Amino acid sequence: MEMDTNTLNAAVQDLEANFSGKVIEFRGQKQVSVPVDQIVAAAAALRDKYSFEVMPDITAVDYWPQTSPRFHVVYQFNSVSKNIRVTVRVPLDGNQPSLPTMIGVYPNANWLERELWDMFGIRVEGHPDLRRILMPYDWEGHPLRKDYPLGYEEVQFTFNYDEIDQRKPRPKE
Amino acid sequence: MAMLERMDVTLDELKHLVSEEALQGDTLLLNMGPQHPSTHGVLRLLLELDGEIIVNCVPDIGFLHTGIEKNMEAKTYAKAEVMTDRLDYLNTMGNNLAYCLAVERLAELDVPERAQVVRVIFAELQRIASHLVWLGTQALDLAAMSVFLYCFREREYILDIMELCSGQRMMTTYIRPGGLWRDVPVEFETAVRDFVAYMPKRIDQYEALLTKNPIFIDRVRGIGVMTKEQALAWGATGSTARGSGVTYDIRKAMPYSGYEQYDFEVPTHPDGDVYARYQVRMEEMRQSLRIIDQAINRLPMGPFRSNNRKYVPPPRSELGRSMEAVIHHFKLWTEGYNVPKGSVYQVVESPRGELGVMLESDGGPKPYRIKWRTPSFSHIQLLSWIANGHYVADLVAIIGSIDIVLGDTDR
Repeated sequence: MEMDTNTLNAAVQDLEANFSGKVIEFRGQKQVSVPVDQIVAAAAALRDKYSFEVMPDITAVDYWPQTSPRFHVVYQFNSVSKNIRVTVRVPLDGNQPSLPTMIGVYPNANWLERELWDMFGIRVEGHPDLRRILMPYDWEGHPLRKDYPLGYEEVQFTFNYDEIDQRKPRPKE
Repeated sequence: MAMLERMDVTLDELKHLVSEEALQGDTLLLNMGPQHPSTHGVLRLLLELDGEIIVNCVPDIGFLHTGIEKNMEAKTYAKAEVMTDRLDYLNTMGNNLAYCLAVERLAELDVPERAQVVRVIFAELQRIASHLVWLGTQALDLAAMSVFLYCFREREYILDIMELCSGQRMMTTYIRPGGLWRDVPVEFETAVRDFVAYMPKRIDQYEALLTKNPIFIDRVRGIGVMTKEQALAWGATGSTARGSGVTYDIRKAMPYSGYEQYDFEVPTHPDGDVYARYQVRMEEMRQSLRIIDQAINRLPMGPFRSNNRKYVPPPRSELGRSMEAVIHHFKLWTEGYNVPKGSVYQVVESPRGELGVMLESDGGPKPYRIKWRTPSFSHIQLLSWIANGHYVADLVAIIGSIDIVLGDTDR
């Protein structure tokens, strides 16, 4: 199956011209940076005009302590019929970011956006079911943020066994 | 009652998950899992039932979440690879391969021909092993006990080959950035040839047990139907999408590790039900055998890993006589290697579907961000759409047919 590079170039140029996109090409992969208010329209254009039927993935990258932009939300688009892929990145500022939901364009965004909220604390406006998905419902914090510590277990020896035992985390009853 | 007091989630927050009838008590809410044998791991499903018919299926995942992505960010590239085995424990070689391809693409690392061919052989052996577990458990869920036993017998052959080369049956970490951990032993070729000769008639035997079996067909035909458009919009990939008539295979579309040099077919089926997905996977096993047969016949001699000492450790024999080698070895095992700054998205065709690695490097020795786009995560979401309107007993067949691994889902 041949890659339809003409469609890919047309799609990237469209994102650049109509959705204020900035294009980076790295290791043979096209990445377009699109502002947050245009992302849903850009995705709809990719699906309807350039037949990107599948959105395999949404994720984010945290650039803490940098705050502007603090996050990049990364969307992957795949066209099964044209055999092309494009990555769209959305920069988000601040510690309480939000972005509009993609469910209207790609229904499978539902869980991916729940994971985005769970792991990064990026609020998805208009999402019908924005609950935590991987972490327990009463968890505090968003683990994949860079200001969230990894955590470890303290090793207990005879001389400090009781001291460490007292502050050890325990399962909730 | 004591438990209810501690819960800080109110009923209002969860009401939208079920229909109005459930709140009035007209339909029944039933918990399936997380310890149910046919949920293939720790999957919990909240079912809303009207009699025996599913009105609403709400999957609940995360019981096996181990923070692998967060952990990998804290380890060097070499150490992080060990965690990839633990994601999808039925596709360990495939996970290693996806990770290594991503690192190699970022670092622009070369991989010698011999390593490429061995990678293909292992990726396909792993696909067969994974499909055997799928077939065994799918049949077991539909009460065909003997198929399960036969499948696990044959799977053991593959695990033996993996143990022969890597020392481990499952957690192999055999494929490394730049090539392989070590060369395959001399017995490898015979073992693979024996397997390729032995396996086709075993697949015929499974088919004789199931494919035309009226009891089996009654349970799987017309169950969990998904059209081609739905499969694409709902993010189905791999054999689950091919069972709905999507002709897309990453091995053909975006070949990696030299897949373009092999002659094989991509089986698809237009029906989109459990039986279609069954037929696609059975044919995929035969195609994998074809690839292995071609690969073992062209296995070239030569180096098994890259000679780029900035990323790949020197051979043991050089450590005794070359100061350079000692320095490289020391640097690689203490500090690790720095990978150029940038971000790539590398996909491979795992037995379950599209396995993607979004790897971002800040130029340091540890991955800045690594995201595993796992097929099982997308496929469990399908349950909330395709299970509705079926009997609870058929849900078991549907869960089997989308071939989920919970370690892959929860990461």
